[in-house]
Amino acid sequence: MSILNTIPEPSRWSRIKKSKIGYSFRSNPVAVVSMCIFVCITIMALLAPLIAPFDPYDPAQIDIMNSEYPPVWIDGADPQFLFGTDDQGRDLWSTILYGTRLSLMIGLCAVTLQAVIGISIGLISGYVGGRLDSLLMRLADIQLSFSTLMVAIIFLAVAQAMFGSELFSRYAIYFLIAVIGVSEWPQYARTVRATVLAEKKKEYVDSARVLGFGPLRIMVRHILPNSLSPIFVISTVQVANAIISEASLSFLGLGMPPSQPSLGSLISSGFDYIFSGSWWITAIPGVVLVVLVLVINLLGDWLRDVLNPKLHKG
Amino acid sequence: MSLLSVRDLTVKFAMRDGNVTALNQVSFDLARGERLGIVGESGAGKSITGFSLMNLLSSPGYIADGTIQFQGQDIVNLPDAKMRNIRGNRMAMIFQDPMVTLNPVLTIGQQMVETLKAHRRLSKAEAEQIAIMKLRQVYIPSPEERLMQYPHELSGGMRQRIVIAIVLLLDPELIIADEPTTALDVTIQADIMELLLELCQSAKVGLILITHDLGVVSQMTDRTLVMYAGRIIEAGSTREIINDPQHPYTQGLINALPQQTAPGQRLKQIPGSMPSLTAVPKGCPFEPRCAFATDVCRSTPPEIVRHAHVEVACHEVNRLHAPQQEGQSA
Amino acid sequence: MLAYLVKRIFQAIGVMFVISLIGFAIQDNLGDPLRELVGQSVTEEVRQELREELGLNDSFTKQYTRFLGNALHGDLGTSYFFKEPALDVILKKLPATLELVFGATLIIVCLSVPLGVMTAIRPNAILSKFIMGASIIGISIPVFLTAILMIYVFSVGYGWLPSFGRGDVVHVFGDWDTNFANVDGLRHIIMPSFALASIMLPLFVRLIRAEMMEVLQSEYVKYARAKGIRPWRIYFVHALKNTLLPVITVGGVQIGTMVAYTILTETVFQWPGMGFMFLEAVNRVDTPLIVAYLIVVGFIFVVTNTVVDLIYGLVNPTVKLARLGA
Repeated sequence: MSILNTIPEPSRWSRIKKSKIGYSFRSNPVAVVSMCIFVCITIMALLAPLIAPFDPYDPAQIDIMNSEYPPVWIDGADPQFLFGTDDQGRDLWSTILYGTRLSLMIGLCAVTLQAVIGISIGLISGYVGGRLDSLLMRLADIQLSFSTLMVAIIFLAVAQAMFGSELFSRYAIYFLIAVIGVSEWPQYARTVRATVLAEKKKEYVDSARVLGFGPLRIMVRHILPNSLSPIFVISTVQVANAIISEASLSFLGLGMPPSQPSLGSLISSGFDYIFSGSWWITAIPGVVLVVLVLVINLLGDWLRDVLNPKLHKG
Repeated sequence: MSLLSVRDLTVKFAMRDGNVTALNQVSFDLARGERLGIVGESGAGKSITGFSLMNLLSSPGYIADGTIQFQGQDIVNLPDAKMRNIRGNRMAMIFQDPMVTLNPVLTIGQQMVETLKAHRRLSKAEAEQIAIMKLRQVYIPSPEERLMQYPHELSGGMRQRIVIAIVLLLDPELIIADEPTTALDVTIQADIMELLLELCQSAKVGLILITHDLGVVSQMTDRTLVMYAGRIIEAGSTREIINDPQHPYTQGLINALPQQTAPGQRLKQIPGSMPSLTAVPKGCPFEPRCAFATDVCRSTPPEIVRHAHVEVACHEVNRLHAPQQEGQSA
Repeated sequence: MLAYLVKRIFQAIGVMFVISLIGFAIQDNLGDPLRELVGQSVTEEVRQELREELGLNDSFTKQYTRFLGNALHGDLGTSYFFKEPALDVILKKLPATLELVFGATLIIVCLSVPLGVMTAIRPNAILSKFIMGASIIGISIPVFLTAILMIYVFSVGYGWLPSFGRGDVVHVFGDWDTNFANVDGLRHIIMPSFALASIMLPLFVRLIRAEMMEVLQSEYVKYARAKGIRPWRIYFVHALKNTLLPVITVGGVQIGTMVAYTILTETVFQWPGMGFMFLEAVNRVDTPLIVAYLIVVGFIFVVTNTVVDLIYGLVNPTVKLARLGA
């Protein structure tokens, strides 16, 4: 009476999955719009030096006399500054383009660092198992119980105090990437470890081992591809979080300096002028930041719905 | 008047690419105190039948057609509040896996008392007295202490006894048991079945036993339905079906029983597997696996007809029956 | 349970030990205590003498042991700026921060449970879809932006609520002044609490919804329906109780996270709490205060996490037994 269960081949399965992603993407307007906006922002940020009418890093192009011009659609604006100017007289539109570039770059680099550290630790932890595994996972628990933002704030505060703000602001971008990258590794490590444990039991891993493949090859060639979809889902959320973290740290004055502002430091410098009515210095970079993070989160949500088989059972 | 009368029950699942028919025009009756077995492979629609009777299909499943009359009342279109009065009260259900049917964060006592209070005006103390009495009936030692315990403190067999006690709380007229022992140890399975049989016989309670195990059906039930791909393909008294199966599928099931196979021989399994509900053949659903299939079988689905002592849905039943019977008796 | 408790406490002590090491390393490398003490106008000889006297030439272990010993007695050094014991400075600011966290927690608990349950049991209702949409926008707005937006609308725009400070507080005892005793205090704490809650609230709504939807699919909920139990009892007794277990664990971690976000909210609203003080200390390179903050915050994190773990053990009947057996 027992029925033979046919186990689908992994390659075919992934092909089905791919086509399903394509279908679900096309039929989901939120995902399509989010993707379009994300691509637009990314391209504009990448091409900032070409698009931006001014170079905000060039002191020669900045005139303090131009400070706090409102955006063009408001009375008293100067038509050469589309979104007005900030407190130092920089063109806000150009500064935002450059700032978005910085925010995106820090976010992506930090998440890449997280992924590299987390995936390696997760693979090792799951594959080796035993004492090492429980030690690493205990470490991950403890690391997670401390908020990333807290760890980053303290680390950056100490670094700033130690190196002096001059030196610190020159290397701020590396500090930011390092601290956001290092403090979030457990997210990846846990997920990868879970898939490794699940995959390790399966036959093909055994047969690969019998065939004499080394553990590194088994992990990278056989196990890692199976954890790709959760890694994908985590990555989107992590990029959004990393951008928020960077903005928060820069807002506190622990990140990018005002001379080389990211979106967070721009908002921070505008905050002082919000009571005097110059809302745009805060509001416009704020809107850009929120839209950027929102579309990434929406894409992450959609990806999770598509890739999570749990939701498709019902 | 029969206790339960099901006519042309059709259940569909609303899927992304259209509806899938999970139950196809299922009809049967159950007399007061009668015990009915529903047999079939997993996916044949047995459990869906059970849940439809309780009107507990969860979306995307829904009853597309047909009637279910319970004591003369149609329950398919009954408002929620009225149906709730029937569930657990006049018609109760035993679930498959006792490890997951009891709520892990509520004590046994809480789960029994709430059931009583949902249907009767009782004080907590009165409800607990009834609960203790029912726990005794299912042979649970020191029932007073059990009331304070959480499900995880008890073994699987013990939990299924408690589920049975909960089912008995309100003296229902019909018990639906959906594979009540599949999740349990083999040694405990027989105990639970014996208990269930004893309780049903002594209280004249109707029982619908859903199982894949023909052996269990033969010991427990008066009548049997055999289901395949959402349809009833054979129905009749349990004795007739076990001794003289008409449908090739039922014959296959019986031949596959270990008792039918000499020691050392391979089990005689039916080749192939049941079609998925999205790809049921347009003729007889069993046709792809059937050794006797003809062109008629491939083109038209068979009607259920009376043959010998049972009802059966097979085009070739006349041709098959004679030689097969010899094989059986040999 | 006892073995579990002991194990958790040992782990907590271990983590505190590591934090103290980090704190010591910071103190050791950051700033020069001599300069703070005597200024720069002393000869090298006097300096050496003082170094010897202060024990700055001792070995690492000896210095660390001394640091640890002092810390255990509540001596975390003297703030350069305030010329007061660093721990005292922090403890004076602690109540303001705790009240802020309390206000935010209150908002989160009161709103996330009903919203999460509602969106889980009526996933297709328009209101549910609206809440879910709002929650993803909420997650995408950084705390400091929410705070600025609130100030712009409610302080600058309408002038309804004050934009900075604690306002008129009422003294309770010791260093503790409360915002919750009069109207002015409440008016001052409303916006900071909502701003602080704004990042966690959507997370909790989504978490409760996801857990609740999973629980509603479970066999025991189906079984409860088969028993004829009323829907509200199924939702709020059968399902919610099981939903809250994982929520508690996440919640504990998030309370810790909230302490970090107080730095942001306190900065925007110039709330005189620990976080605001910490940033000032960083700008002044007030090393003892930085280290003391690190240790106090580390302590808060470790204590909340340990307590949450223990509460989880108490609430969840299955954990109790498993741990007892182990």
